[in-house]
Amino acid sequence: MTEGGDRWLDREAGPVVRPYALTRGRTRPHGATLGLIDHVAAAGPLVVDARGLGPEHRHLLHLCRTPTAVAELASEIDLPLGVVRVLLGDLMERGAVAIAGPPETGTSEETVMRSVLDGLRAL
Amino acid sequence: MDSARYEAVAGAIAAPVVTKVLIAGGFGVGKTTLVAAISEVRPLRTEEVLSEVGVGVDDTAAVEHKTTTTVAMDYGRITFPSGVVLYLFGTPGQERFWFMWDELAYGALGAVVLADTRRLADCFSSVDYFERRRTPFVVAANRFDGAPEYDTETIRDALDLDPDVPVLVCDARRRESVKEILIASVTHSLTKHRMAATHR
Repeated sequence: MTEGGDRWLDREAGPVVRPYALTRGRTRPHGATLGLIDHVAAAGPLVVDARGLGPEHRHLLHLCRTPTAVAELASEIDLPLGVVRVLLGDLMERGAVAIAGPPETGTSEETVMRSVLDGLRAL
Repeated sequence: MDSARYEAVAGAIAAPVVTKVLIAGGFGVGKTTLVAAISEVRPLRTEEVLSEVGVGVDDTAAVEHKTTTTVAMDYGRITFPSGVVLYLFGTPGQERFWFMWDELAYGALGAVVLADTRRLADCFSSVDYFERRRTPFVVAANRFDGAPEYDTETIRDALDLDPDVPVLVCDARRRESVKEILIASVTHSLTKHRMAATHR
């Protein structure tokens, strides 16, 4: 690595950041990995133990009152995906949020594709 | 500990049926323009951190002292009256960002490889990636002013595409054109899906 660290930095690179300060250095969430379009929702009227939760946790919890995709949560609070996953992992561990599942009926892959096709044609 | 309870809770909260199509191609080919032309929201941006120490970092490493930067992905969303939500994700345009692609491609219905006829070679790597991964894809040549107008068969030959890969010409700024591209993409994915089902 004689070129130094700047080989990553070009038009497609964003600003240099220290986002993992928010997660106290943790780069991996506890538990299952959340997909980009997995929806996360506040898990009901459970009392949340707020100890150790920062303003970003509370902001996420607020946003999750409506089931929201992980990518959209990251955009909304303007933090990198990896950071948002760690913070969501903290909330999941406390039972404050959960992955919201799709409705049970009619979700085979072919059904989804046909539904998307119908939807696109009607745009 | 309480994982059983989480699952029970999770199952009880209904979310929309979601799916995604990837928009790939070289830098500056019009991926975000395409997403903007059809998305119901202004394209959103999400970022992932690149760290030079990304491999082997454990849970407690003090990564804030390392040099990090971010890679951006732009995406849009279409909610259909059926309740199905389609996300369109623009892939980061360079090979060194491929660590993001596996995640993007996971669960995707299919992909659109956007090509610029002045720089066809820029989309070789996207074509390679989807071929290897067996993700159904279509190639759409974005019509740029002043760019050579190749016919689709010339583009197919230049990219050495299998005969069943649809090749189209589009204008990524126009909603109707983008709609056609997406219809072609999902139709192709559906065909591939049915073929795979009959061979099972």
